[in-house]
Amino acid sequence: MPANYLVPLSQKFGDAVRGEEFRDNLRVIVGSDKVYDVLKALKEQFGFNMLCDIAGIDYLGYPDATDRFGVVYALTNVSTGERIFVKTFVNDPDPELPTVTDLWRGADWMEREVFDMFGIDFPGHPDLRRILLPPEFTSFPLRKDYPLRGYGERHNFEQMTRAEG
Amino acid sequence: MPLEVLDLATEAGADREFLYTLNFGPQHPATHTTLRLILTLDGETIVKAVPDIGYLHSGFEKLGEDLDFNQYVTIVDRMNYISPVANEIAWHHTVEKLLNIEITPRCKYIRTILAELARISDHLLCVGAAALDLGGLTAFLYAFNEREKIYNIIEQASGQRFHPSYTRVGGLMADVTDEWVKLIRVFLESFPKVHADIVRLLNRNKIFLDRTRGIGVLTKDEAINMSVTGPVARAAGVVRDLRKDEPYLVYGELSGSFKVACSKGGDCLARYLVRMEEMLQSYNIIKAAIENLPSGPVNINVEDKLGIPDKNATYRTIEGLIQHFEILMWNRRFETPINEVYGANETANGELGFYLVADGTAKAWRARTRPPSFIHFAIFPHLMEGHQISDVPAVLGSLNIIAAELDR
Repeated sequence: MPANYLVPLSQKFGDAVRGEEFRDNLRVIVGSDKVYDVLKALKEQFGFNMLCDIAGIDYLGYPDATDRFGVVYALTNVSTGERIFVKTFVNDPDPELPTVTDLWRGADWMEREVFDMFGIDFPGHPDLRRILLPPEFTSFPLRKDYPLRGYGERHNFEQMTRAEG
Repeated sequence: MPLEVLDLATEAGADREFLYTLNFGPQHPATHTTLRLILTLDGETIVKAVPDIGYLHSGFEKLGEDLDFNQYVTIVDRMNYISPVANEIAWHHTVEKLLNIEITPRCKYIRTILAELARISDHLLCVGAAALDLGGLTAFLYAFNEREKIYNIIEQASGQRFHPSYTRVGGLMADVTDEWVKLIRVFLESFPKVHADIVRLLNRNKIFLDRTRGIGVLTKDEAINMSVTGPVARAAGVVRDLRKDEPYLVYGELSGSFKVACSKGGDCLARYLVRMEEMLQSYNIIKAAIENLPSGPVNINVEDKLGIPDKNATYRTIEGLIQHFEILMWNRRFETPINEVYGANETANGELGFYLVADGTAKAWRARTRPPSFIHFAIFPHLMEGHQISDVPAVLGSLNIIAAELDR
């Protein structure tokens, strides 16, 4: 099972990586400065050739959380069907992570969505625009300090009267 | 304000002033749902295609943080509304993985049958709509006639046709009846004929073949690199199907009754053929599952304190009544591990996964969805470059983009 990936990873990166297992998910927790190298090693040396998903998580107020944002890269080895999850943390005021679009082209829209929803910047991304929300939207709605019903962004929208329409 | 058409036009064709820009959508019959493309054209050839999405964004994932695991199923339903039951099963599969619940054998079989019916329903729509866009109305009508029977089966089980919200944590809303089994048997009798009709209508139809063969080609390496899953990846030669690779429900037990449909073509025709073959394989699974449908309860034990007890248990036993109260009260519910888990199912469009973060309460801290339509639409500009404008409906139809899942 995938647990044996942890040993070669810790040989390569030392204390920077830490493993966690829950149910059948193996998670590798790594600092944001090493995450690109770990992902690159997993892709090129360990055969995790598909980036399945990038999930952003806001840990503001989560039990025992020390960092603000978590970003989880779900990797899959298409030939063996194994999965591994690489998790990293970023913090305010300027949450940013290196882009992985040069490793996987599929990361393009996934990173744009994380930027759109959490405001995490990905320097080096070819086209980092908002993807689901309109460009003039000012906040990041999946952050925990954003209320369910919104801050009233509708005030930003142009209003059209019936006569103009 | 949405993306400015003129900004992109000047950016793409600064040195070639003969290029022009065509706005396609968000409301156009060939998009089927609400999505928008900004096409830069050289004559009728597409130089660049820029998708602009988000028109149907309704904050599903934010709602997932406010509703509990049983309530969120109604929202999950509305993601891929062509095969809603498959979304529910995927969602509760993840929740049950988090809570470490082993559901009952009967529940597993019923869920498997419903998931496969959902796959057939989704593929019928995709194939029918793809043919419709390319001028073949008859296949679309045959397909929709058959989908109606699937809706009847779902209605018989859950009471709702379109958004059944049928699954619950650890079980189902209600057990199925003999009438439901009968309806499935009737469907199984009629389906092969309809499938054969569609095959006869389309497989040797010159117009259909000319408009799909060699269009929107995706190679195997690109498919893996661009995170593509499901029929789109299998049509490109990626042999990956979660039903075989990570067997869940009863796919492990029934693995002898179905095969994984693959193709090496990678074009729209290959995607069509893979979908047609997958429907036959799903038919085989349903046939095997309905013969082996075990008896017994559909919900986990009341003593496990996780599931909603059925009416009989609620009204006639004190344990059931207490459990019902505990589950439905806002301030009680059940405890979850403070941990996170990823669970994925093979739905009709590809891998539908949920990254679920739990904070100890019965609400998700974060319910990230991995929507296959979102991933598949990201490859659209790549597939479109160099093709003609009349190929847009062919490629869109073959990818089966469902905008509600795309935008969530």
